[in-house]
Amino acid sequence: MSRGYLILLVALISATPLTADVIHREKSIYRNIEVQESGRDRCLVFAQRSDDRRQSCVNLKDPDRVVFSYVRMAFAGLLLNERPRSILIVGLGGGTLPTALGDLYPEATIDVIEIDAAVVRVAEAYFDFKVTDRVQVWVQDARVFIKRAGRRGDHYDLIILDAFTGEYIPEHLMTREFLQEVRSLLSDTGVLVANTFSSSDLYDYESATYRDVFGKFFNFKLPASGNRVVIASPNPLPDTEALRAAASRLSKPLSRFGVAIDSFPRFLTTRADWDEDAPVLTDQFSPANLLKNR
Amino acid sequence: MSSETANQKPLKQIGWVVLLLAFTSGFIIMSVELLGGRILAPYFGSSIYVWGSIISIFMVALSVGYLIGGRLSVNRPNLRRYGLFFVLAALGLLPIVFFANQAMDAVFMAIDDPRYGSLLASTLLFFIPTAILGMIAPYSVRLMVDNTERSGQVAGGLYFISTLGSALGTLLTSFYLVLWFDMNTILLAMVSILLLAGVLAFTLGSKRS
Repeated sequence: MSRGYLILLVALISATPLTADVIHREKSIYRNIEVQESGRDRCLVFAQRSDDRRQSCVNLKDPDRVVFSYVRMAFAGLLLNERPRSILIVGLGGGTLPTALGDLYPEATIDVIEIDAAVVRVAEAYFDFKVTDRVQVWVQDARVFIKRAGRRGDHYDLIILDAFTGEYIPEHLMTREFLQEVRSLLSDTGVLVANTFSSSDLYDYESATYRDVFGKFFNFKLPASGNRVVIASPNPLPDTEALRAAASRLSKPLSRFGVAIDSFPRFLTTRADWDEDAPVLTDQFSPANLLKNR
Repeated sequence: MSSETANQKPLKQIGWVVLLLAFTSGFIIMSVELLGGRILAPYFGSSIYVWGSIISIFMVALSVGYLIGGRLSVNRPNLRRYGLFFVLAALGLLPIVFFANQAMDAVFMAIDDPRYGSLLASTLLFFIPTAILGMIAPYSVRLMVDNTERSGQVAGGLYFISTLGSALGTLLTSFYLVLWFDMNTILLAMVSILLLAGVLAFTLGSKRS
């Protein structure tokens, strides 16, 4: 074997990142879906290009543990309502959130909205997601479900918006009118948690839109993570003391999910770190996918 | 034959106007179709079936428009009637600006299945203006054709220019217009352009007669 060949081989191996085995692959009408395994992690990947986006991962050795920091951050919503009895989750992914919340609150009813039936099948087959009497999945567009739930007069104690794949944003789920519909679904003690965009022009526009609908909200970022989670409520927000007290009560039940909720309260701020003059996104004006790239 | 040719020669000279107006109608058809997806999304989502509804209704409306426009072109084709099509199309777009939410609300409450909801809403909102815009294509052909030998070439040139307009309407709307303006602003601009086009054709037609 020539030396040049060897060098090339070494270069190729070192250039390849930790390789993942693809254990399932399918095309749905919305996207390419892959289930990949690398090391102890099994991940749901919405494959678009070579820079795949991992949507959801589970640690096979420690399945309770929540792998992604932005998913762990979503638990911060519980600081405003420690015992949600009804939960609405938009976007199933691998089912990490409904599974964990279902474990945590066995009495709660959980409605999950997922637009892609293939994602539901994959979550059930590869991520141990289970539909039960209390955990139900609705395969439809979230805007349609939420508008109808509002007309029915339904209410939820906790609503989690996690519908963005990163590659394509459903623009009708970003607007003032949509957030008003979501807000009307919140119960008296209801809280909204939204996994949103943390960079690009969209950060300013989206923040301005949440501020327009909810007034002050908690803008939650962790130093080690690039994510931003919005925590909003139609009710007055609790002060830091109340957040700390809630965190210490939740700390034990959340520890098995790897959620260090004790460390969250000091990062929950209502301070605006965005351009407050940014326009609000509306049903008339929502070029989210164009703004994302600016 | 000679009298017929003499009759139509003046029309040939306004060929550039017809081409410009055919381009405009092509542009607006696709721009409105693209906005249609955004208009329906708050009530019916943005799934593939919403696009299915919109595209089907546009196709059916255009086909009906071609039929009616072709039929109307038989009797004394003239620029004034041609201009009237543009004015009517402009008026047909106005309900989208002012009544879309009321119409979609009613459909949303009446029909549970968002597939059929979006199909009915597309019909209510887009059928009439699109059918009228469809009438323009065959009528343009008739205005420009002066003999049977060149009729195919004239039709080809018109398809070329109006389809190019459609391509540009699609591109500009999706790349830039939605980034710069509210949807209703874009729609009202389309209404204004159609009205101007109608007035232009009507004025030229009146001068000639």
